[in-house]
Amino acid sequence: VNRAGTAADDQFYREYILDHYKNPRNFGRLENPDISHEEDNPLCGDVIGMDFRVKDGVIEDVRFHGRGCAISQASASLLTERLKGLPLDEAKKIGKADVLGELGIDISPARIKCALLSLKVLKVGAYGLAGNDLDEE
Amino acid sequence: MIARRAQGAPNSSFDVAAIRKDFPIFKTGIAYLDSANTSQRPSQVTGAMMEYFEQFNSNIHRAAYRIAEEATLRYEATREKVRELINAASTKEIIYTRGTTEAINLVAYSWGRKHIGQGDLIVLTIIDHHSNIVPWQILAAEKGATIEYVDIDERGELRLDQFHKLLERSPKLVAFGQVSNALGTINPAQEMVSAAKLAGATVLVDGAQGAPHQGVDVRALGCDFYAFSGHKMLGPTGAGILYGRRELLEAMDPFMSGGDMIKTVRVEGTTYHDLPWKFEAGTQAIAEVIGLGAAVDYLSALGMDAVRAHEREITEYAYEALSDIDGLTLYGPPPARRAGVISFDLKGIHPHDLATIADRDQVCLRAGHHCAMPLMTRLGVAATARASFYIYTQKDEVDRLVGSIKEAQRIFA
Repeated sequence: VNRAGTAADDQFYREYILDHYKNPRNFGRLENPDISHEEDNPLCGDVIGMDFRVKDGVIEDVRFHGRGCAISQASASLLTERLKGLPLDEAKKIGKADVLGELGIDISPARIKCALLSLKVLKVGAYGLAGNDLDEE
Repeated sequence: MIARRAQGAPNSSFDVAAIRKDFPIFKTGIAYLDSANTSQRPSQVTGAMMEYFEQFNSNIHRAAYRIAEEATLRYEATREKVRELINAASTKEIIYTRGTTEAINLVAYSWGRKHIGQGDLIVLTIIDHHSNIVPWQILAAEKGATIEYVDIDERGELRLDQFHKLLERSPKLVAFGQVSNALGTINPAQEMVSAAKLAGATVLVDGAQGAPHQGVDVRALGCDFYAFSGHKMLGPTGAGILYGRRELLEAMDPFMSGGDMIKTVRVEGTTYHDLPWKFEAGTQAIAEVIGLGAAVDYLSALGMDAVRAHEREITEYAYEALSDIDGLTLYGPPPARRAGVISFDLKGIHPHDLATIADRDQVCLRAGHHCAMPLMTRLGVAATARASFYIYTQKDEVDRLVGSIKEAQRIFA
């Protein structure tokens, strides 16, 4: 049994992941958003939704809501931080590797859908891609 | 090996350590707490399958040479073992399927399309597995039938008052799980079947979580159909059983059609084979059915009463151990009225995170909706963690789960 000594040096549940889980950034709803979209993880029924306010091609504000595991919530929280103030064209380029890189931990195949749920919301909601396309990207 | 244990006094000396020696996978060091999902398989089962592959691998019901006769004999022998296990009247009533899902789909297709019509009522329960919900939803949509779901009370037990009320509306079909895979609730199947039959309904019992864990007597139960899976009862995946009362099966059309399920095929038309082969089209899962036979042998030697007694003991132990943990919510009825399944939730820790942390301790724990999304919605949760037990589960594995839970609480503190 290979256990980490403290939460801080835990290989998976690193402190910043737990921090984003317990204190999610940009959590909540926007009034009259320009774009609002929700996706669920069919594996567990977890749901993440995002509201966007877009002005002059720039994501002026973003909020996320929903429920889920530490990985899906932290990933969503990190993504919203990155999106705020970003031109849509730039946001469009965010891919799987970026999201996983930002999480900075090894994600097992069983948990990859948790990690990418918020990216799916972004892609499907803001860019009108069919949800299934994400898997092939 | 099995025979020796079978001669021991039943109920008194259920030797888990000896049983575990028959399961090579435990050498890996895992604590396996996901048997409601799929069970582990003893060497006797894999051995019987290997024997087929290496000594008489051939197709059944066709060839005239000796190894094919042997394969046919072994394949058909499972039918008698299963018949005896559930006390069916005849092997003609034992249909091989890929599992519970296919068995229920078979009934929905072959019986349902003939007997369910516009405005008919189908009664299911809110704790049913998706496999006993979706086929009926498809049928109901096609035929314009209505589905009503029996609700649960706050302990996770079926609202029988509601069930009896629904029976007053003369449902055509009543279908329910004998045991809830998500909560472990043991439903009062006998009472429910009797009442439903009295109301004139055809009754299907989903025994996926029943037959592996307790003695089943389909004739005493009085149901029309009983479905279960081999892979949840020590057998391989890909082999399961549909029991059906003979007169119903005789009157039903085939489900799948093609080779082996026919008597004669002419360009003008086809006559179907007798029961049970009418429902077994194409080359069957021969090795898997033979493996299932070995699994039934194994369980029969232990005795289903002893199996149930062991599971009850381990469930009581786990229930008590989990009850002591702060911030842990248990779902479902008290241990005496539940099978070896415990669903729970930890405050502030998502079941998936718990399962990941448990996995690092080699504790195999299920997290999710357990293919029972209507129930999860009813409980107001997205997912739960679930520990489930079987004949080989020992207290040490429960203790390891408790350790993983405490570790998760430390990380998320």
